[in-house]
Amino acid sequence: MIRLQGLTSRGQSKKFARIFTLTPYIFRNPILPALFLFIASCGFNHETNVESGTRQGILHVGNGDEPRELDPHVVTGSIEHNLCMALLEGLLDRDPESLDIVPGVARAWEVSEDGRTYRFHLREDARWSNGDPVTAADFVYSWRRALLPALGNNYAYMLFYIRNAERFHRGEITDFNKVGVKAPDDLTLVVELDNPTPFFLQLLTHMSYFPVHQATIEAFGAPDERGTRWTRPGNHVGNGPFKLKEWVLNRSIVVEKNGHYWDAGRVKLNRIVFYPIQNATTEERMFRAGQLHITGTTPLDKVEYYRQERPEVLKLFPFFSTYYYLFNTGASPLDQVKVRQALAMSIDRQQIVEKITRAGEIPAFSYTPPEVNGYRAEPGFSYDVERAGALLAEAGYPGGAGFPPLELMYNTSEGHRRIAIAIQQMWKTALNIDVTLVNQDWKVYLDKRDARDYQVARAGWIGDYLDPNTFLDMYTSNSGNNDTGWSNLRYDTLIAQAGETTDRERRFALFREAESVLMTDLPIMPIYTYMSKALVSPDVRGWYPNILDIHPYKYISLVQSTD
Amino acid sequence: MVDRLDSISVSPRQDAWRRLKKNRPAMFGLFVLAALVTLSILAPWITPYSYAEQNLELGPSAPSSAHWMGSDLFGRDLLTRMLYGSRISLAVGFIATAVALLIGVTWGALAGYLGGRIDALMMRAVDVLYALPFTIFIILLMVVFGNNIILLFLAIGAVEWLTMARIVRGQVLHVKQQDFVEAAVSLGLTRLQIITRHVIPNVMGPVIVYATLTVPNVILLESFLSFLGLGIQPPQSSWGLLISYGVETMEEYPWLLIYPAALLSLTLFSLNFLGDGLRDALSER
Amino acid sequence: MLRFIFRRLLQAIPVLLAVSVITFLLIHAAPGGPFAEEKAVPPEVLKHLNERYKLDQPIHIQFYDYISHAVRGDLGPSFKYPGRSVNEIIAAGFPVTLELGCYALLFALLIGIGSGVCAALSPNTWRDYLPMMFATIGICLPAYVLGPFLVLVFGIWLEWLPVAGWELIPGDKILPSITLGSVYAAYVARLSRGGMLETLSRDFIRTARAKGMPEAVIIFRHAMRVGLLPVVSFLGPALAGLLSGSFVVETIFQVPGLGRYFVQGAFNRDYTLILGTTLLFASLIIVFNLIADIMLAWLDPKVRHETING
Repeated sequence: MIRLQGLTSRGQSKKFARIFTLTPYIFRNPILPALFLFIASCGFNHETNVESGTRQGILHVGNGDEPRELDPHVVTGSIEHNLCMALLEGLLDRDPESLDIVPGVARAWEVSEDGRTYRFHLREDARWSNGDPVTAADFVYSWRRALLPALGNNYAYMLFYIRNAERFHRGEITDFNKVGVKAPDDLTLVVELDNPTPFFLQLLTHMSYFPVHQATIEAFGAPDERGTRWTRPGNHVGNGPFKLKEWVLNRSIVVEKNGHYWDAGRVKLNRIVFYPIQNATTEERMFRAGQLHITGTTPLDKVEYYRQERPEVLKLFPFFSTYYYLFNTGASPLDQVKVRQALAMSIDRQQIVEKITRAGEIPAFSYTPPEVNGYRAEPGFSYDVERAGALLAEAGYPGGAGFPPLELMYNTSEGHRRIAIAIQQMWKTALNIDVTLVNQDWKVYLDKRDARDYQVARAGWIGDYLDPNTFLDMYTSNSGNNDTGWSNLRYDTLIAQAGETTDRERRFALFREAESVLMTDLPIMPIYTYMSKALVSPDVRGWYPNILDIHPYKYISLVQSTD
Repeated sequence: MVDRLDSISVSPRQDAWRRLKKNRPAMFGLFVLAALVTLSILAPWITPYSYAEQNLELGPSAPSSAHWMGSDLFGRDLLTRMLYGSRISLAVGFIATAVALLIGVTWGALAGYLGGRIDALMMRAVDVLYALPFTIFIILLMVVFGNNIILLFLAIGAVEWLTMARIVRGQVLHVKQQDFVEAAVSLGLTRLQIITRHVIPNVMGPVIVYATLTVPNVILLESFLSFLGLGIQPPQSSWGLLISYGVETMEEYPWLLIYPAALLSLTLFSLNFLGDGLRDALSER
Repeated sequence: MLRFIFRRLLQAIPVLLAVSVITFLLIHAAPGGPFAEEKAVPPEVLKHLNERYKLDQPIHIQFYDYISHAVRGDLGPSFKYPGRSVNEIIAAGFPVTLELGCYALLFALLIGIGSGVCAALSPNTWRDYLPMMFATIGICLPAYVLGPFLVLVFGIWLEWLPVAGWELIPGDKILPSITLGSVYAAYVARLSRGGMLETLSRDFIRTARAKGMPEAVIIFRHAMRVGLLPVVSFLGPALAGLLSGSFVVETIFQVPGLGRYFVQGAFNRDYTLILGTTLLFASLIIVFNLIADIMLAWLDPKVRHETING
């Protein structure tokens, strides 16, 4: 065809050149340069979010994802927790730096001798954002609501330490008066527990124990109705340092200072804007371009850049969470303890944290993170390739001979993929075992894990409160979270004993013993303790790194930094 | 310039090949594609590295005399991974496109030529398939059949033919009004003969252009499916995967993105040249 | 003409029904329910949730229930976002996606047809090679490569434009629109070049030239009408694709559109959200294909008879 045109006439090309000058401008594509100029003119000299925010006391925060809801008894994630923490306040609070328990709605409290009865004295000046006083009855109402079976509260079990709470939740009793929470008067709340629970005060800072405003809940539906409109701007009534101003789906949530809050004098921020940014790369770029004060995380590959170039904004600190692999102990060859030990011992965790994850994660040889509120786990095993080879030989696979190919399942994510690739190679080199990697979409992964339809699977666990129990009780035989098929009577007994013990040292000794059972049998293989990797603008004050990665907004202020 | 009288004495196919041979860009494209295929087959003899062997101590390194195109996060040679990756990517690119072409052209030509109710029925079926949620479809496919490379070809072919069918139908509607089709009808040719001998050859121009555009699309789609778990699994590599991983580190280790993207572009250039040449060669009948 | 449109809209009913039945079966067959989470959901909580969303009923009853609400315009509550109805999510996201899609399409057509026709007018010269080279590179740079790259250049290095957001900072709509549009621009450019080349060699153009018609008239009134047919056929699915395929762009640029729900709804097994967005998508395809067919007919008088009366 090209030649055909040449065939029609040689003069054609000249003619074309002439048309070309006649044809309207679009054919010459000045669009691109024009667009370029337009783009250029848009930029320049705009005050960034961070600059204007710092000036006006508006904090811009990257907050992971769109919250499912703002109802503290319906949601469970950390994204929602960040928001609930701004909008509501529990009986107790945490110091942002030390994480020590500090007064919240309760100004003081007493614990009985046997550690089973708590008496809380509420402060008189606690108010809801509409001016109503916060009373002890509000807490009774809220905890009852949190336990109502039809609400479908995933975190209902957090309240099961209260006497009869579990039975109420299961519908075995319907009279809430039998549950161990009473309000003798407006400012006193009495709570009775089944067992002395040393971490009970910590639980009160968790959103599942937060109060909700009865009149507001019931103006928009039944107490146990999910997803009513009470959490919408204009409807929402809270008792936290901030109140809900605006909520645009998938774009932003704006909260502003709550004048009725009892400690309003301490609140320095006028507003907080939460952005639901899922993509960590996008979040980091928004931070770099001055659109955010704080990010939730830093992309894997950016940590090094910040460490070198802007160490003052990169906040790396251990997080109360363990990255580990599950072994399905129900099927050969992973039913043999020696095989599991060999696999666990042949991984060079130092290499993984230095070369793959690269944020200074701590190689893990125990399931609980290194230091939990005074509890220190012993390393249960070590990195020892020779010993691993010997163990594998004892299990009947000398030099990996005859070992069936192993399938390693992880949910789709770049980070998991990288770690799996490294481990695949390490097992091949150290033990001569062939590993196939299988990545699954999140829900398929959960389904297979739950059905124990896997051999090795990646997992991670975030502790709910600062106590070894939050990690260790999940591998008891009847725990819904134990997907390994592992069951050990001694372990179960030790955990149960610890639950009934009040003496701190004895309790920790029991946990240590239990953990050494777990780390000998190795139904799970710890890899490392996570690091939190936030980016925080130097303008932000009152933000402290801590192991729970919670940063109450009440204490945060913005000051123009001097660079 | 071609003497059109020649075409009478030689069979059309030979004729087209002869014209194609004279088209330099097309021959360049053909050469590059052939070279890529050869290199990917000969990969084990070309490179001293393995595509899977890691060197975590080395990590990501910039291009050097030891690693001509640098190494990735695991210290694996990028050139090696690109060579091995071309096996998968070229196979997916060509086979899936061929599947899409075959179904799409047949479906579109039939619908367009037969017209009326059959046309409406066939095109509405295309609409239905086009609307179905692809992600769920892929997840299900994996759950039912497991991970399988053949499935990858089918899954990709199954989506890509839909647009192809629409384009072909649009062209056929246009072509069948032309004089030569009417002439063929009056000569008493059967419908099948008319479709295969007259209609399809005359719509091949846009189809070839679209097919050359489909190849890179398919190569990139593969990485999305592999990401979902259907397709290849680490430590295997493909161009699509290399590019999508390269994007993540484009600021830190730009070579991990630039080389695979350049290779994909080179392939697409070659394909376009070849595609244009083919179309020119065929349409001069 | 009206009869044709009416008939096509009538055909939409079985299409939508088929789409909803197949989708319904697909999502219920997919493993992993909407409520599964990292921390095991206690069985009694799961039971209440299933009751609440009627997932404990037989599937045909669930389907009947869904459809009978859907025809009345109620697409049900989202499973992932307990406080949101699917109608609400679509109402919030669709206008944004539509706006983004329109800008992207405008960009794609201007750049694509402009450079494609320009290339076809002077084939095998630099005016041909240069735009075609860009088009080729454009196709090789999918949104997930181009987007971050443009952000890096214009947002981070030059600091001319916001790196992400939608109606948060002036100018934040530019980069997502260009990113989404450029792949389509590349397609349009190649298709229009091919179509124009083919047409310019046709007899009727030569006849027109012989008659001494002005070139501009020949190109605009005659050649482009036929030469852009492949582009028009491509546009139907492309438009629908622009709207559903904006997932990547929306994620990169933090755009609160609907595109992300097409993929995330599936990942979250948010049954009603998948069904709702799929039905919306199907309706869009029907409408856009209808428009494309009408345009095809309008551009090519001979086809008009066939399509519309045939």
